[in-house]
Amino acid sequence: MTIMVQLDGATRWFGSGHTEVVALHPTDLTVAVGELVAVMGPSGSGKTTLLSLVGGLDRPSGGRVIVAGQDVGALDPRNLAVLRRRSVGYVFQDLNLLNGLTARENVSLPLELDGRPPAEARAAAAEVLASVGLADLGDRYPDDLSGGEQQRVAIARALVGGRRILLADEPTGALDSITGESVMRLLRTHCDQGGTGILVTHDAAHAAWADRVVFLRDGRIVDEARRAASLEFPDEALPILSAIGPGPT
Amino acid sequence: MSIKYGLLALLAEAPTHGYQLKTAFERRTGGSWELNIGQVYTTLQRLERDGLVEAADTDDARNDYKITDAGRTTLDAWFATPVVPEGPARDELMIKVLLAVAAADVDVTTILQRQRTASVAQLQAYTRRKAQADPQADFAFLMMIDALIFRTEAEVRWLDACEARIRQRRPVKERPR
Repeated sequence: MTIMVQLDGATRWFGSGHTEVVALHPTDLTVAVGELVAVMGPSGSGKTTLLSLVGGLDRPSGGRVIVAGQDVGALDPRNLAVLRRRSVGYVFQDLNLLNGLTARENVSLPLELDGRPPAEARAAAAEVLASVGLADLGDRYPDDLSGGEQQRVAIARALVGGRRILLADEPTGALDSITGESVMRLLRTHCDQGGTGILVTHDAAHAAWADRVVFLRDGRIVDEARRAASLEFPDEALPILSAIGPGPT
Repeated sequence: MSIKYGLLALLAEAPTHGYQLKTAFERRTGGSWELNIGQVYTTLQRLERDGLVEAADTDDARNDYKITDAGRTTLDAWFATPVVPEGPARDELMIKVLLAVAAADVDVTTILQRQRTASVAQLQAYTRRKAQADPQADFAFLMMIDALIFRTEAEVRWLDACEARIRQRRPVKERPR
């Protein structure tokens, strides 16, 4: 098991003395290659703080955050930016797609900003768009895409250039349940193919796509769920259930 | 519900016999309900007694049944009627939480979290099955598992709402009488 993300007593507080607010108490968490971990908790429980630390958008006040082998707190700003550009992809609820750019241009932009030749960046963008099922829609502008398609573009942008760590903050927020499910399938596939994902959500049905679900309360991990052995569908019953369909019509 | 309407729905498509009804019913309902063959025959006899099905005159030796006009009317009425709960569900989880809130020496938050973890672990099991299913071939199974997922998700949302209400209530001191 290769560890991709490790929080080692990582903590984040704001202010000091009487005005000190602890957003995240010292927290330990490891996420291995191939794992999708969901973080659930009410507003203000520290979910987004945790994600920002892993994504290198924020630095811990104490403890260590190690991402892809690098200590986020110890990196100088230039190397932190390199880590963010090359190893970590973000997907947010509000997609932040640029409306003046096509889907393909949105996806290739991070690579171009990273100094890759435009032709190479566009080829990589086309490839990753195809992997999220949007091979034919690269020339469309975000306004001409459905909400689900826009979120796929955002995921493609997060993954382009071989970034292996996908951080998703309520990625299915505004989508209907079946469209949201297709987004979750993409995150799951990314991890099954050797990627790593951390998903922040308040939606249990979406968190359930993860290998582990950690629960945050008041800046502390209070519990963790792993898939139950199913009484209704024991593993040995799967071949039978798979054979069950709509029947002849 | 009884399997009466399920058998009528299948017989409305074509006359058939007991064992075929059993397997077709199980397939259509996504494997969620396994029938006992004895139960199928008893139900068929009752339906025949009530004039909703009758013996079909087929060439082979099987005991095929077919639906009658009265049977079709009964079936149509069943499909046309929404399913409405008959009263407040006496759900063990709900009762447990309500009693825990009232009890002085019980840590409700811990109870809620234990249940939340168990429910999410169950959701993970359902979701894994959903991920493995084929959207075309396993159509009925997917619809059934969606129902289980939404119910369990509703349970978790209810637990979240309970916790939020308890947190809101906490600062309130008991009023002096």
